[in-house]
Amino acid sequence: MQATKSENLTEVGTPPFGKKDYFTYVPPVFITLILLAGQIFFGILDNFLNVVLAIATSIVAEVILAKVLLGTRKNLASAYITGISCGILIRSNVVWPYVVAALLSILSKYVLQYKGRHLWNPSNFGVSWMLFMTPVYVAGLSMQWGNYVLPMCIIWVLGLGIVYRAKKLHITITYIASFIVLAYVRSIITGDAFLAELSPLTGPMYQLFIFFMITDPGTVVSGKKWQIIVVILVALVEFALRLQGVIYAPFFALFLVGPIAKFIDLRTASLHKSQSQSVLVKS
Amino acid sequence: MRGSNRLFKTLATILFVALLVCSALLSYINANHFNGNTLQTKEKALEKYGFYLEPDNKDANINFRHLSPLLDPRLKHIEPQIASMGASVSIVDFDNDGWNDIYFTNSRTGSQNALYRNLHNGKFENVATQMGVADVNKKGTGVSMGAVWGDYDNDGYEDLFLYKWGKPELFHNEGGKKLVNVTEGSGLPKWINSNSAIWVDFDNDGLLDLFIGGYYKEDIDLSNLKNTKIMPESFRYANNGGRKYLFKNMGNGKFKDVTAQYGLNSTKWVLAAGAADLNGDGYPDLVVADDYNVDELYINQKGKRFVEMGRLSGIGTIPKSGMSVAFGDIDNSAKLGIYTTNITEPGILIQGNNYWKPTSQQMQAPKFANLAQLAGIDNAGWSYGEQFGDLNNDGYMDLYVANGFISGKNRASYWYDYSKVTGGNSAIIGDAANWPDMQGKSQSGYQQDKIWLNNSEGLFEDVSDKVCPPATYDGRAVAMADLWNRGVLDVIVANQNNIPLVYKNISRNNNHWIDFDLHGTVSNASAIGATVEVQWAGKKQLQVVTGGIGFSSQNQHRLHFGLGNTAKVDRVLIHWPAGETDEITDPEIDKLHNIKEQKKR
Repeated sequence: MQATKSENLTEVGTPPFGKKDYFTYVPPVFITLILLAGQIFFGILDNFLNVVLAIATSIVAEVILAKVLLGTRKNLASAYITGISCGILIRSNVVWPYVVAALLSILSKYVLQYKGRHLWNPSNFGVSWMLFMTPVYVAGLSMQWGNYVLPMCIIWVLGLGIVYRAKKLHITITYIASFIVLAYVRSIITGDAFLAELSPLTGPMYQLFIFFMITDPGTVVSGKKWQIIVVILVALVEFALRLQGVIYAPFFALFLVGPIAKFIDLRTASLHKSQSQSVLVKS
Repeated sequence: MRGSNRLFKTLATILFVALLVCSALLSYINANHFNGNTLQTKEKALEKYGFYLEPDNKDANINFRHLSPLLDPRLKHIEPQIASMGASVSIVDFDNDGWNDIYFTNSRTGSQNALYRNLHNGKFENVATQMGVADVNKKGTGVSMGAVWGDYDNDGYEDLFLYKWGKPELFHNEGGKKLVNVTEGSGLPKWINSNSAIWVDFDNDGLLDLFIGGYYKEDIDLSNLKNTKIMPESFRYANNGGRKYLFKNMGNGKFKDVTAQYGLNSTKWVLAAGAADLNGDGYPDLVVADDYNVDELYINQKGKRFVEMGRLSGIGTIPKSGMSVAFGDIDNSAKLGIYTTNITEPGILIQGNNYWKPTSQQMQAPKFANLAQLAGIDNAGWSYGEQFGDLNNDGYMDLYVANGFISGKNRASYWYDYSKVTGGNSAIIGDAANWPDMQGKSQSGYQQDKIWLNNSEGLFEDVSDKVCPPATYDGRAVAMADLWNRGVLDVIVANQNNIPLVYKNISRNNNHWIDFDLHGTVSNASAIGATVEVQWAGKKQLQVVTGGIGFSSQNQHRLHFGLGNTAKVDRVLIHWPAGETDEITDPEIDKLHNIKEQKKR
C-alpha cells in the first residue's frame, strides 16, 4: 500500500478555491437533493435549523482554519458535505450537538494529521464521537425515510453513477458485496432472517455511508487493490461489531479501520520516497 | 512552521480537545442524572415536597394481576413486543355512592377483568363478576385493551365501553346494580384491534358519541393469523394501521358509523386520543397520538365534520412514537396544553415527549409550540401513559408518566435487533417473520416511572423515586383519583403483565383544594367536554372533563384543583358543552361541589 504521488493538504477531488472542476459540485448537489426530497416527501428532518447550523459551522470552520493554518482558501464542497452529513446522521433534541459534531469533524482534519494528511473521514469522526460519547443527547439516523422502493432505487442509481464518475465504484461495490455475504453469515450465526440482517443496507444511513464516507477521496488509501482490501476490512470489523449488538457498527468500523489504513498508506509512501531519494543520492 | 501558524495550530488542538472532553463529560454527568435520583425516605419526602405516594395494594385489598395476550404461534419470537399492551385502568363511580371505584382490564384469553368497588373504609372489593364485567375475554371474542365509562343514555349512571383486540363491547349500567351487555344491535363493529377509545359529544347534541382508534388492522386476529404481514410498514411513516371509528349516538342505544362523513379517514397506528375544545369555538377537537407517524389534530367544524390540522398547528410535524395524550394547564394561564409521550432511549432513539402550548387559539387554525424541553418534561424513557394532576395541592399541575417497554428475563437488550429491521425497507419491516427472535431480551425495560413536580409557572422538577419507593414495572396506564375522599389525588398505575400500583397520596402540607363534579342536563349527563376555570390569588387554572385520557385510562370524573395556602377562591367559571356558562363566586374550599347544569335553554 503506498501513496502514488505526493499530495498537498487540499483533498483529492476537491481542488483549491477557484480551480474549475465541475464534478466537485456533483456530490454536494446529490446529497442536497437527497435531503430536500427526503424532507419534502417524508419530513425526515426534525427541523431545518439543525442542518443549517451544522453546514454553517462546518463551512465557517473550514474557511477560518484553512486561512489561519494553511494560508489558503479551500473549495468548500467537502465542508458542505461534512456539515450536511452531520446534520442528517445525528438526531438530537438540542442544537449544540449539531454544532459540536460539525466543528469536531472539521477540526479533526487539521489536528489529527500524519505527514500533513488527515486520517479520519471528517464527518465519520464527528458523528462517531457524538454517537459513542454523548448518548444522552445524541442518537443516530437509524430508521428509513420512506416506504417506497422507487425513491430508494433512484438514490442508489444516482449514487452509483456518481461514485463511478469519481472512480470509486469498486469501493462501493466491494462494500455492498461484503455486507451481503457477511449478512448471510450473520443470519446463520444468529438464526435471524437473512432479510433482517440485510435490512440496514436498505436504509438512508447506509446510503450516506456508502456514497459519501467510505469513498471520501481525502481518506481512502492509494491503489485500487488496497482500497478494496481496506473496505473489506471495514466490512469485517462492522460484522464483528454487529455480532456484539453495536447499532452504529458501520461508523465505528470505519472510524477504527480507516485511519490505521491511511496511516500505513502514508507511512509506506514516505518510506518508499526516502528509499528512492537515497538510491538517487548513491547513484 | 512559522510562529503564528504554530500558535494557531496549538489553539485549534486545544479547542479540539476541549470539545471532545466537554461533550463527553456533559453526557456522562447527565447520564447519571437521567438514570435516576437518590432514594429518599418517606419522612424526607414529606418534609421537602409535602406528599408521598405509598403503594397501598395490600391494605386496599387490590390483588389484581394483568396477564398479557397469547398470540398466534407465528408471532412467538416477538410475542413480548406485540403483546405489550392491554393493562388499563379507568376510574368510575359506577354506583353513584360518591366514592371512586376502579376497573382494570386483563388481556389473556380466559382471564378476568376486575371492578373494584370502593367500600369507603380504605378497602376495595372486586365485584366484576356480580356486575357482569369480569368474564369478557372469552375465546373467540378477543381480549381487553382498555375501558372508558360514560353515560351514553343520560340515565345518571356511567355505562362501560370495552375496547379490545377483538369484539368491542358496550355495557349498560342498570342503576349501579348490574352492567348488561348491549353490544348486539348497537351498531358497533364486529372486530377491532384498538388500544384507544374515548367518549365525546362531538356535535354537542347532549348524547355521548364514541371515538375509537385502530392499531392493528381490523381484519387481523392476532391469535389466529392469516399471514405474518401485520407490522408497520415504516418506523416513522406508517399508514397501514387500523382504521378509526367515529360513532354518532343516535339516542336509542344505537350508534351510527359517521367516520368517513366526518373526515377521519387516516389509518395511522393510533395509541391514544383526547378531546377538548382547543380553539374556543365550543366544540371538542380531537388529538390523536399515533405510533410510527406524526400525531394528528382534528379541528371540529361546529359538529359537522373534522379537519386534520396537525401539520398546520405544529403538532403533526415530526413523526415520533405517540403513545398517550393528556391536557394540562401547567402555567395557570387558563389555556389547555397538550402533552404527548414518546420514546427516549439514550444513544438509540431520542424522540422526547411533547408539551404543546397554544400560541394562537384562532378558531380555524390554532397554533402550538413544543415547550417540553423548556419545562423540563421531555425525557422520560419509553413512555406510555401520563396524567396531569396537582399531587401536593400547591396550585400547580404536576405530571406522572409511566415508563418501560419490556423488562425481559435477562437484561440483554433487544434494541440492536430492533434497529436492524426498523431501519429497513417496508417489505422487510412489515413482515413479522423478518423480525429477530427476542429470546427473552429486554427493550427499555426496568424503567422507573417519572414524577415531575411543577414548581411554579410550568417549570418542573424530577422527583421520581424521591416521593415513592422505586418501582420498575412496565408501566402502561395511569389514572389519578381521590380514592378515599381526602382532598388529595391518589395515583393508580396499570402495569403490563404484572400487578398494578395503587399509590395512596400521603399528604403533609397545609394546602387547600376544591373539587367539582359536574352533571349535565342539557349537555350530556357525564358533562364530558365541560371545562372548569378556577380563579384564585391572581391565578386561573383550566381543567376539562374527559371521557378517557392518557393511554388506556380514565381519570376520576370530578375535577380536582389544589389552591396552595390560599384560603379563598374568587370565581369559578363552568363552561358546559351545550354552550352556557355558570359562574360561582367565593365557593367554599376544601370541599367537593356537585354541580348540576342549569336548564336555561
